[in-house]
Order: sequence, then structure tokens, then C-alpha cells
Amino acid sequence: MSQTGSNKDVSQESLPSEQATAHDGAVTTADNPFADPGLPPHQHRVQDIDERAAKRSERTIALLFVVSMLATIGFIASYVIFPIDKIVYVFPFGHVSALNFALGLTLGVALFCIGAGAVHWARTLMSDVEVADDRHPIAAEPEVKAKVLADFRQGAAESGFGRRKLIRNTMFGAMAMVPLSGVVLLRDLGPLPEDKLRHTLWGKGKLLVNQNTNEPLRPEDIPVGSLTFAKPDGLADDDHDFQKEIAKAALMIVRIEPEDIKDKRELDWSHEGIVAYSRICTHVGCPVTLYEQSTHHVLCPCHQSTFDLSDGARVIFGPAGHPLPQLRIGVNEDGYLEALGDFAEPVGPSFWERG
Amino acid sequence: MSTATDNRRKAPAGERVADWADGRLGIYSLAKANMRKIFPDHWSFMLGEVALYSFIIIILTGVYLTLFFVPSMAEVEYHGAYVPMQGVRMSEAYASTLDINFDVRGGLLIRQIHHWAALIFLASMFVHMMRVFFTGAFRKPREINWLFGFLLFVLGMFTGFTGYSLPDDLLSGTGVRFMEGAILSVPIVGTYMAMFLFGGEFPGHDVIPRFFAAHVLLLPGIMLGLLVAHLILVFYHKHTQFPGPGKTNKNVVGMPLLPVYMAKAGGFFFLVFGVIAVLSALFTINPIWALGPYRADQVSTGAQPDWYMGFSEGLIRAMPAWEFVLPGGYTLNLGVAIPLVVVFPLVLTVIAVYPFIESWVTGDKREHHILDRPRNAPTRTAIGAAWISWYLVMLLGGGNDIFAIHFDMSINAVTWFVRIAFFAVPVLVFIVTKRICLGLQRRDRDKVLHGREAGIIKRLPHGEFVEVHEPLSQEQLYTLTQHEQPKPLETGPEVDENGVRRKVPRTQKLRARLSRGWYGEGTQIPKATPEEFKEIQSGHGHH
Amino acid sequence: MKKLSARRRHPLAALVVLLFALAVTGGLYAAFAPADKAQADTTAQSLAIKEGKQLYTTGCASCHGTGGQGTTDGPQLVGVGAAAVDFQVGTGRMPMQQPGAQAPKKPVVYTQAEIDQLAAYIASLGPGPAVPAKEAYNPEGADIANGGELFRTNCAQCHNFTGKGGALTEGKYAPKLEGVSPKHIYEAMLTGPQAMPVFPDTTMPEQEKRDIIAYLDAVNSDDSPNPGGLDLGGFGPVSEGLFAWTFGLGAMIAVAIWVAARTAKARKS
Repeated sequence: MSQTGSNKDVSQESLPSEQATAHDGAVTTADNPFADPGLPPHQHRVQDIDERAAKRSERTIALLFVVSMLATIGFIASYVIFPIDKIVYVFPFGHVSALNFALGLTLGVALFCIGAGAVHWARTLMSDVEVADDRHPIAAEPEVKAKVLADFRQGAAESGFGRRKLIRNTMFGAMAMVPLSGVVLLRDLGPLPEDKLRHTLWGKGKLLVNQNTNEPLRPEDIPVGSLTFAKPDGLADDDHDFQKEIAKAALMIVRIEPEDIKDKRELDWSHEGIVAYSRICTHVGCPVTLYEQSTHHVLCPCHQSTFDLSDGARVIFGPAGHPLPQLRIGVNEDGYLEALGDFAEPVGPSFWERG
Repeated sequence: MSTATDNRRKAPAGERVADWADGRLGIYSLAKANMRKIFPDHWSFMLGEVALYSFIIIILTGVYLTLFFVPSMAEVEYHGAYVPMQGVRMSEAYASTLDINFDVRGGLLIRQIHHWAALIFLASMFVHMMRVFFTGAFRKPREINWLFGFLLFVLGMFTGFTGYSLPDDLLSGTGVRFMEGAILSVPIVGTYMAMFLFGGEFPGHDVIPRFFAAHVLLLPGIMLGLLVAHLILVFYHKHTQFPGPGKTNKNVVGMPLLPVYMAKAGGFFFLVFGVIAVLSALFTINPIWALGPYRADQVSTGAQPDWYMGFSEGLIRAMPAWEFVLPGGYTLNLGVAIPLVVVFPLVLTVIAVYPFIESWVTGDKREHHILDRPRNAPTRTAIGAAWISWYLVMLLGGGNDIFAIHFDMSINAVTWFVRIAFFAVPVLVFIVTKRICLGLQRRDRDKVLHGREAGIIKRLPHGEFVEVHEPLSQEQLYTLTQHEQPKPLETGPEVDENGVRRKVPRTQKLRARLSRGWYGEGTQIPKATPEEFKEIQSGHGHH
Repeated sequence: MKKLSARRRHPLAALVVLLFALAVTGGLYAAFAPADKAQADTTAQSLAIKEGKQLYTTGCASCHGTGGQGTTDGPQLVGVGAAAVDFQVGTGRMPMQQPGAQAPKKPVVYTQAEIDQLAAYIASLGPGPAVPAKEAYNPEGADIANGGELFRTNCAQCHNFTGKGGALTEGKYAPKLEGVSPKHIYEAMLTGPQAMPVFPDTTMPEQEKRDIIAYLDAVNSDDSPNPGGLDLGGFGPVSEGLFAWTFGLGAMIAVAIWVAARTAKARKS
């Protein structure tokens, strides 16, 4: 009952209307069967009354601390003994690093035993008498509040903060403006977008280079049902900007029987059923290359957008908002596959200015 | 004066040091208030401690890792100890992480401790938060501390994400790419934000060093400040306690800080550390050597973030493709923007502001130090359970491919399930939880009035079988009946005493309606009253 | 029974019931779940006729047509080559139990001699990739690191970083590559079974296939090292997160319960 009646200083209005019985007052503590009986009397533990049990606890705790010391010695010994590349088979964990296994277990035991010893000590030997401590309301007494408010008013008046508005307003202005310096300094975090996201390394006459062999691809290299990844001619793995360029230019090439291609533009932009699509998902940019040659569907492993490569890479499932961009390809006079221009639209995830 | 110096000369060394410190810091006054501070004992009060200790473990191991990690995206050819990567081009960040695993003795262990501790840190914050939620420990005066804890959780998520990205492996790089796509989807300023974050186009050469600064300095710095504030407030408010005999709203019952709690809490740190060390000895986490270095044109299936970011991953996977081109040639990518810019913050904000909503709706402005048993606050418990189920549905969506393959289901079916469950499951869980709470309240009432079913069947002389009911002890009776059962707020009569229509503000009406939802009909089983109890006791005893 | 009844109010009773219910549910699921493992077709093994065509007519023609021209239930086999037969039949994928997009790996029905006969017959229908010679897929001496790069470019998107498998659309999946023989890996790349695309020698030369096989042999065989300990399936953050919640946090809570529990009293009252 004490809980409900404990807030004399809170105005009764703001209290929720409470259950009648709690406030009736008809039920006095004496004949209230639900009255708080108070803290139960303390009961002794075995260790409190039996000195032998207490001794046993003491020995256990000391043993735990000794085990911890031994484990630390084991840790240092493991560090010295096991070479870093030693692999051992430990059932059921498999072929694990002997060093990692030994260091982790010894460190774990060393730490755990300290903790177990301390807790066992607290649980069995330190006093377990429950004590009640008083709480005091967090809010200040009214006199304290009045004093603080008076002090504040006096301070505010002495500063002239309210009276001299010109000072106040200019100070606010100055303080509001000064962080702008910090904002301006952030400008050189990066360049402006301009049309960087609109262009890739692809362009008219760029050969399609096989990523596996670094050789330019010929149409006859690519049978129906195959999947090949290509990069633009001239982009090498050790170029400074390789990551940036491949993040836009990565290309996947598949061959579909021309009669299976449903989209007319796709067929026009292909070479005898060889179609080249951007490898970068139009959703958030994962390389989308889980190609099922049986259905011509390609699935993105990140968010499961599914594109139909036989139908202009139309989105047939998942969160991607538009088809994968297709690269228009042909064959040059030497018989190699080449791009007939850059992608017609920006590759990868859409952005505000994409249009 | 001379007696004072005499005393000091006689005092033991420890006391002299304490005197020295007291003269400068006033430690005796501090210790007077805090040394025998009482802390109640309950296992669920230690969940926050698990979080605190894992945070300390993360900082200790993290400092060690910075000694070897090179936060650079400069490309190098690997020639370290790990054979399957010999000669592969990779960033220095990835190469130095490989070195930590294969060339620094114990580096692998420390890295695994760091990562396991991070997962457990976030998980323990989550369950700690749920403990506080379901027991109503967030109520006045602890609302601000709830917000501090919430901020710690959110910052923990982002610290985890930046840390997960640092090794620049194929998995985490895919996560960073995802982040780029998400930023690009922000209307109007998206491309600018992406360029500024990455120092140009993705991936550039700046993002790892920038994440490094955020991961080791900025975010943990803020977290450390919040953590100290959080702990100071715990001390200042004194801990809440579960209802029970002798426990009131004006006291705190438990064991003193010195020595019992200090030994238990200090010991618990070592226990937590020990468990995590053993985990790290036995179980691989994030084997970056198997993942390979990040390349923008490579990917692996099963690309997921760590669990705490999983719900946003689920959101993005389940979202339908909503992309529109506005007149003027501007693309609005709602398929990414809605989950990440709208729903992601919403999921978190809903739970963060709950204490303020509840206190507004219920009009309860009193201090609460006795915890609610979750069943006695059915609406709150149901809201919390619904929120958790919502979160779990999203988490499930984040792992839809893994669940599909391991339970022999279609990934499309799982995604559709998530889409529907996102709306349906929280409602169902709300209803079911509320009913369970009411059922438990009913059982409490029965127990109070009729005693505990002993499980002993007796045959009466006339042949009837009855189960013996044991009466509850005074302690149990008190514990089961001490809670209050508030009534909903009323807006007051529509017309005042002069018969003039009173204008009730719309917010007041809303508040009264919500309040009925919280405390109105069907939200409480009236608890046993002393009168009922006495009547039954004086009557036939038990039926 | 009486004892059991008396204990039904025991604090742990609910837990026991829960565990029991879980065990029953799991048992029922195991009993009724569609069995993956097909029973070896003993009738096929008892066939006396050892010639490929006859084997084909009995075992394959119902779906693939009498001359390998294909039907609605199975694709054309003219031109798929001996390698495709060796892979599909040699891994037990063919004959399928029922037509479908996914042909799961099963116990092998035919002997290697019968498979060779079948392969010879199919190869005679039209030119296609032949069964590779042992040197073609022998992982020894191949470039593991290059194989890793190639694997991540061409294979990991479906089969996961280290070949643990992954989901495809509409219930299809890319199988895990553990325990698959180098020959079958080679044949799969060469012929593109089911949904898998082809990686022909023209775009992925023999040497690169060997590198990939060597990489898998190094990271995904029975005795590949997992230096950090048990790899929890190797599925990445999902299994790690589940583990951290169940075992990690579970251990923490178990310890917390011990720390906070009351010490046994001298006498029970």
C-alpha cells in the first residue's frame, strides 16, 4: 500500500484515477490480509553457522584463484610453444589453429576463475543480510527551488540580458554564424557529383576483355548458356582507379538463342544473341550475377532483385526500380566484340538527378 | 594541529593516501554516500552489466588491434603467411587484417574476442532495454536514462557497422556499397552526400580511413560519455526493485556495494570476459581470410550485415520496387528511401519515445521505483511484444536467402511472407500477448483467493475428488496484490454545470481515448480485494 | 504416473514439457519431411543389359525422348556431350525422381562402367564436351590464389565465398561444393548443369578451372583449416548472429543467474 500513498507532493489531479480499494482507507493495515509483512527475517547460510563449510568455501575460492594463475602460466607457455601456423584437429571444432585454441582457452579459464572465485566469495562468505536504504525524491524541495529561481533572476537582471536586446541579439547572431566555418571546411571532403555517375569507361570501339584471361572476346568464344564477365579494354587490375572504374563498367555477357529474346531493342543491341548487361544492380549496386541459364533470370545476392535477361533485363521480383542497362555491342573488323558506345543511361543505383 | 600530524604519522599508508586524495578531491564525502550503496539482486539487472563489460572488452581489444591495423585503401600485393591469398592485390587495410590473423601471435584471438564481444554487446543492450521496457523501469525519474541507453544502442549499431567495414573484405565492402546506394537514394542531396562521404565516386580511397576515425575515435568517444552519464544516473536514481515484502517505493533493498556488490560485479566482469575468450577460442567469427579482398565487381551469396543491422536489411529486401521519375527529370527512389530514410528511423524512434507517450497517455507523473510485473501492464507488455515481433520479422527478412536454403523454401515465398507479416504479425502478437497477460492476472487472482494448486488429489468421504489448494504466505499475497490498477483518464462532462457545451481540445479527446486503450475495459482483471479474500476464507475455505 | 502428476507443478515442469514438445515436433518433422535421399534404384542395378542405349531407353528416354531429342519433361541431350552425362549421372542428379528445375544430388544409381556407356551413347548423338582427362582437373601444382580470384569473380555469387552454397530464385539453389570430386566440379563448369551457366574453355581455359579446383581443395575440403575454430557453417553473419544470441548471450544469462541467485540457506523453511 505504501507505494500508492507515497507521493504526497504530487498534485492529485495529475494522478490517474486509482483503484478504489487502495485509497478507501477502510482497510487498515491491521486487518488487511494483503498487508506488506516487511522484509523477511535473515536466514543463515550453511557457511554462516558451520565453520567447516566456510573453510570449504574458502578452499574452493583459493583453488579457483590458483587455477587462474596456472592458466595464465599456460597462456604464456602456449604463446611461446605453439608456432602461429600450427594446425591441429580438435573434435568437434575441426582443424583449428593450435595457438588460437590454446591462448583462448587458457585466457578464458584464467579470467573465468578470477570471476568465479570473487562471486563465490561474495555468495558464501560475505554477509548476505539484505539491507534497506531510503530513497529521497529526486525533485528539490520548494524552498530550494524558490532560492534557485531567485538567484537566477538576480543573475539575469545583473547581466542585463533581457534589457539590452542589442547585445543579446548580436551575440545570438555571432554564435549562430560561427559554426558555419566548420561547415564550410567540410567542402573538400569530396568533389561535386557533376555528371560523374553518368559515364563509364565504355565507348565506341572499346573491346570487351574477358576478366578471366585478360584477352579480348570473340563471338565464337561465347556459347549459348555461358556466362562471361568483361571489362573495357585498357583497364588493368593495378590501375590507380581500377576499383572506381570497374564499379561502373563491370559487364556480364550471356548468349541467348535470338528467338528466345522477347525485347526487340535487346535483340537489336545484341550480336547474334550475345547480350551485354551492366553487372551492377540498379537497386543499391551489388554485382548482380546469379545467372540461371535455364530461365535467363539473374538474381542479386544482396536483396534478391530478379531481372529477366531475355526480356530487356526487366525487373520481375524484388526491390530494384528499373532494368539493368544494356551495352550495345557489335563485332569489329578483326572479329572481336566491341562496344558501340557508352551505356545509354547511368549504371547502378538510381539517384535524384538520374531522370 | 599537532594532534592532527600525530594522527597522520600513526595512520597506515592506505589511509594517508586517502587523506591526501580527500584533501584535493573530497573523496570521503563521495564515499560516504556511495560506498555502502544498496543494489538489489536479480539476474535481469545484470544484463546491462554484460553490455558494460563487453564494451570495456571491446575497447581493450580494439586498442590492441589499432597497433597492427593499417587504415589505408592503397593497393598492395599480399605476400604474408596465408597461402590462398599469396600474390592477390588488396588494400592495405585487408592485408594488415590478414597479418593480424596469421602473422601476429594471438592477433586472431584478439580479433575474434573483439568481434564476438561486439555482437554480444549489442545483443545484451537489446535485452537490457527490453528488461527495462517490460518492467516499466523507464518511468519517471528514469526517462532521460532510457534515452541515454537508447542512444548507446543506436551508436553501438553504427560503431559496429563501421568496424565491420574496416577490414575491406568482400563481405563488408558489399555492405559499404549498399550504403552508397542508400545514400544516393536520398532525394535532392543524395549524390552530394555520397561524393562527400567517399571523397568522390565509390569506392575511392577515403572511406576506410574515414570509417576508422569514426570507429575508433568519434563514435566510441561519444559512447563513453553517454555511458558515464548512464551509470551516474543509475547511482543517482538508485536501482529499481521488483515488488516484494519489505520493498517499497521509498526504499531500496539489497546488498551493499562494498563488499558484496563490488565482488559480484567485479567478478562478473571476469566471468563475461572469460566466456567471450572461450567462445573466441572455439568458434570462428567473420573469417575475413576466406572472404577475399573487396572488389567492386565481385560478390558472394549470403551477403548480410551483422545481426544488429539485419532489420534494416530485411526492410530493404522486402520493400517493393517503387521508383518514379518526377516531371523535370528527377528520380525518386522510394524503394530504397522509404525503408532507410523513413521506416528505419521510425522503428527505433517508436521505442525511444515510448516512455513519454505512456506518461502522457496515462497522466502518471509520479516517481516509480517498484517495477511492474509485465502481466500487470498488459497494454505496455503487448506493445513491447508487438514491437519485438516486428523487429524479428524484419530480421528474418534480412536473412531470407539463408532461411530459404536451410528450410527448403522459395526465397520469393519467404520475401512475400515478410511483406505480409510486417503488417500482420505485430497486430496478432499484440492481441495474443494481451490475452496472455490477462490470463496470468486471472491466475494471480485465483491464487490469491484460493491458494496454490498443490497437485495433490484428495478423495472426500462422499467420493468426490478435489485438488488440495495451499494458501499463499503473507509475502506471496502481498506480492500478488501490491500493484495498482489505474482507471483511464476522462475528458470530463461535455457540458459544464451551466449547461454550456464545453470545448474539449482534440488532443484531450485523443488522450482520453488512448488512455481507455491502456487502462479501460478489457485491459485489467480486477485484482482480488481484501473483502473477497476474507469472505472466501470465512466461508467454505476452498471449493 | 502418480509421481509424474505430483511434479506437474514443479517450477521446471513447463521447461520439461516445452523440451518434450520440441522433441516431438522435430521428430514428426523428420519423419514426414520430404526425404532428400532417394533410394538407390535396385532395378536399374539389376539390369543385365550393359549397353548405353539400352540403359538410356530404360532409364532416361521417358523424359529425354527415345533419341535424346527431349520432351516437355526433360531437355534435349543431343550435343550435351559425355561430360554432362558423367556429371549428371555420376553425382546421382540423374535420373531425377520427378521433373523439376532443381536436380538435387542423390546416391548414384549407375556404376561407373554404366555411366561410361551412357556417356558414350549420348556423345554419339552429337558433338559435345568429352569427359576430361585426369590432368585437366588435378589440383596439384595449380595456383590457389589465382583460383580464389577466379572463384570470387565467377562462382562465389551463387556458391558463397568458400563454396557453402546459396539460394536462387523460386526455391532453386546453388549446391554446396564440399565433397564434390574435382572431376565433377570441372564437368559442371564445362557443361552448366540445370540453372548453372556454362564456363567453356574459350572463356575460362583449362588451367583456370584447375586453379579454381585447387582453391576449393585448399579452403573447402574435409581437412581445410579453420584457424579460428568451428566455422558455424560458414554462412556469415546470420549464423554468427544466431550463435551470439543463443550461446553467447545464453551463457551470459546463465552466469548472471548464478551470480544473482541466493545462496542455499542452512535449513529450508
